[in-house]
Amino acid sequence: MTIVKTSINRRSFLKVSALAGGGMMLSFSWLAGCKPTPEEVVTLPKKWFELNSYIKIGDNGVVTLMSPNPEFGSNVKTSMPMILAEELDVDWKNVIVEQADFFPERFERQFTGGSQGIRQGWRPLRTAGATARTLLVHAAAQTWQVPANEITTEAGVLYHKTSGKKAGYGEMASVAAALTVPGDIKLKDINEFKIIGTSKKNVDGPKIVTGKPLFTMDYKTDGMLIAMIQHPPAFGLKVKSVDDTEARAMPGIRDIFIAKILHDDYVRNGFDTTTFPEMAVVVGETTWQVMNAKKALKIEWEKINDSTYTMRGWGGEQTVKVPAGLESTREHLSKMAALSKKPAAVLRRDGDPEGAFNQAARVIERTYTAPFLAHNAMEPVCCYAHVTADQAEIYGPVQAPEFTMQTLAARLGLPKEKIHIKLARMGGGFGQRAYGHHLVEAAVISQHMNAPVKLMYTREDDMAYGIYRPTYTATYRAALDKDNKLIAFHVKGGGIPEHPVHANRFPAGAIDNYLAEGSAIDSNITIGAFRAPRSNFIAGAEQSFLDELAEEMGKDPIDFRLELLERARTKPVGQNNDYDAARYAGVLKLVKEKSNWGESKPDVHRGVSAYFCHNSYVAEVLELVIENNKPVVKNVIAAVDCGIVVNPDAAINMAEGAIVDGIGNAFFGELTFKDGAPEKTNFDKYRMIRQKDAPKAIEVHFVQNDEAPTGLGEPLFPPIFAAVANALYKARGKRFYQQPYLKEDIALG
Amino acid sequence: MAVFNLNVNGKKQTVDVDPKTPVLWVLREHLNLVGTKYGCGIAQCGACTIHLDGNAVRSCALPVSAIGNKTITTIEGLAEKEDHPVQQAWIEHDVPQCGYCQAGQIMTAAALLKNNPNPSNEQIENAMNGNLCRCGTYLRIKAAIKTAAANS
Repeated sequence: MTIVKTSINRRSFLKVSALAGGGMMLSFSWLAGCKPTPEEVVTLPKKWFELNSYIKIGDNGVVTLMSPNPEFGSNVKTSMPMILAEELDVDWKNVIVEQADFFPERFERQFTGGSQGIRQGWRPLRTAGATARTLLVHAAAQTWQVPANEITTEAGVLYHKTSGKKAGYGEMASVAAALTVPGDIKLKDINEFKIIGTSKKNVDGPKIVTGKPLFTMDYKTDGMLIAMIQHPPAFGLKVKSVDDTEARAMPGIRDIFIAKILHDDYVRNGFDTTTFPEMAVVVGETTWQVMNAKKALKIEWEKINDSTYTMRGWGGEQTVKVPAGLESTREHLSKMAALSKKPAAVLRRDGDPEGAFNQAARVIERTYTAPFLAHNAMEPVCCYAHVTADQAEIYGPVQAPEFTMQTLAARLGLPKEKIHIKLARMGGGFGQRAYGHHLVEAAVISQHMNAPVKLMYTREDDMAYGIYRPTYTATYRAALDKDNKLIAFHVKGGGIPEHPVHANRFPAGAIDNYLAEGSAIDSNITIGAFRAPRSNFIAGAEQSFLDELAEEMGKDPIDFRLELLERARTKPVGQNNDYDAARYAGVLKLVKEKSNWGESKPDVHRGVSAYFCHNSYVAEVLELVIENNKPVVKNVIAAVDCGIVVNPDAAINMAEGAIVDGIGNAFFGELTFKDGAPEKTNFDKYRMIRQKDAPKAIEVHFVQNDEAPTGLGEPLFPPIFAAVANALYKARGKRFYQQPYLKEDIALG
Repeated sequence: MAVFNLNVNGKKQTVDVDPKTPVLWVLREHLNLVGTKYGCGIAQCGACTIHLDGNAVRSCALPVSAIGNKTITTIEGLAEKEDHPVQQAWIEHDVPQCGYCQAGQIMTAAALLKNNPNPSNEQIENAMNGNLCRCGTYLRIKAAIKTAAANS
């Protein structure tokens, strides 16, 4: 039995009665409300009773559950309310799910990112559900004059077995809402779960498949204007002058102006990445008019000078350098090659790696690289804002509203409580939407126009804006003694403008002499989180190297990893190994079994890879064949340990998506630069994985355990890069070191 | 500006717009049919797919002046009761993740099944290759099309 103290989780239990009357809240409700089961007609109650921030119960027993976190496709809008419903003990078909607005006084961590939604929401959501249930039990006990511990609940009904009394939650809701929250709350035992662990369909599914307005792009209010920004065509440029004579005279155009995105003296937080300090804005009546006027602007650009800014975030205050110059991919690659030859900052050292390398009978050294990547969410960057003299209404796709709130308050000169951020369903995020520059831009434009505005980026604007996955390199070295035993391991990572090394991850902890180093080169190309930051490159490099190393040592690649993990489990090296070696080995063993790893299939080439990130363990086996001299992925078998799986079918969907995404980026993903400009700005040149390129089958196997849930949106993504590379090696007889792999494969003929 | 008489989802609609305006923006901003999505503007991603006389076309690069007498169907008008077999199959397979591309996927799939009620895997892949899904729901899309074919 788990008892939790509600006092440590105070804000979830605030009852803000003003909520119901808030006009602004209701103005958005047509976008937020949804019923999970369209075939069940849920009759709305006459009156709602709020039991805490997350839960309202109607007089007829209908339940509204608030989904706190922004939804970008990982299905938290279904799975987080499932956790509430479980502990509340209600029938899922009587539940209405609503997207919460950003409201930090009421909800914990309204942040979608780092695969932490379910992991960090697990305890608060269970507690909120159990607390509401307890209030209902106490309400019934008081009404029936029976002891509370004799009352049971099931599917939204309270029972007192001895007296035969029963009542629906709706009948007790008014009494429950007036009670004081008890100090100790009992959570269900895991074996009592009825909703968690069963597959529930996406609560927004019916709206999605019928084209209902769900996204920022679809949002509209009376008098709303459309705005677009003409950003510089290359990193390292800024506006010198604008001739808007022709554009201004075009139909529907209301204004053209230049505005600063942030105040000069503003100290940025970790999510205040703005690629360009100024924006040339075109505002008009319709998107088509504004698009055309934007093209008619005659702008003269000039080169930026070296500059710096102060950033407070990521664990301290730092000075970020923005160098002048028009960068190119050719120059990036040569700079990274030079970087990997120079000493770098030591991130971790175990034993005497230098000494061991000096004594080695053989040293194996390989260098891996990967390009910048654009996120390319299907919904281009956009945001609605309506800023008046004393308040601001923002409706936009944003993963980290808390951080953008700080920026908005500083930029608009409004107190935070006068700024309302509504969390739109995002048409994808992948990390890019954690950086809320578009919210600030839309607000600044609305403030300037004194009108509601929807800011829209074209696909080209979106792809050329920056906040990319950085370009990376990593050089791996392994020292073998005369008996072919691994005696030392060295990774040196580099990148522009950050390095990719997670120093305390496997195989750290499994090798006596270990060295991890990293260094980076400044750039004016902006970067940001991209599905599993740094892991999305380093996993592919590390797991490709381990595969090659196993072969050099004459070992099976799975057995070799298991040997290392056994060492890390029984006699770990160092103190800060951030993984559980037994769980890591567990997924490898499971994938070995499920893929029939020992059996070879004719003409099928297999690669294995495993990785730990975002608190979860994944092993993947990828099977490909060569058809018409092209690799075709036939099947991917994945083993995942992410603890308890809340919504299994939705979890499989996300796992499939991460695998498809990873294969796409491994095969094709690449953004290159020339004279500071990205060489691809739309899907005609930027190759994304499509239906024909996708694997023909994916099998996802979850380790069954009672561990609290951990991340799922990201962990399946990083290892698949190496599963692709290792399978391609089997098919082609040649190792692949440079992403995207098919560029190299095509070059080979 | 010019006046165009359009047949959209079985209804007569009149708009007064620049003749070069892509049908996508006429639907979204003049007729309030926002189910058809903007993704790329150059007919490369399929998010804007509609039916023109029953055939799947990309509305983002199709000027309204090119429509003539052809009838337009959008996701909102795919089935009167919003229960087209493809829509039902999409729910059954719980296809969407972010959901942004799915209206376009469904419109392409519905047009495919109209012309070819029992497509092979290869035919599905060919027909659907122009519709990007950044979340990677391709396997479910394929499975849902097979279910819809079986239920049609």
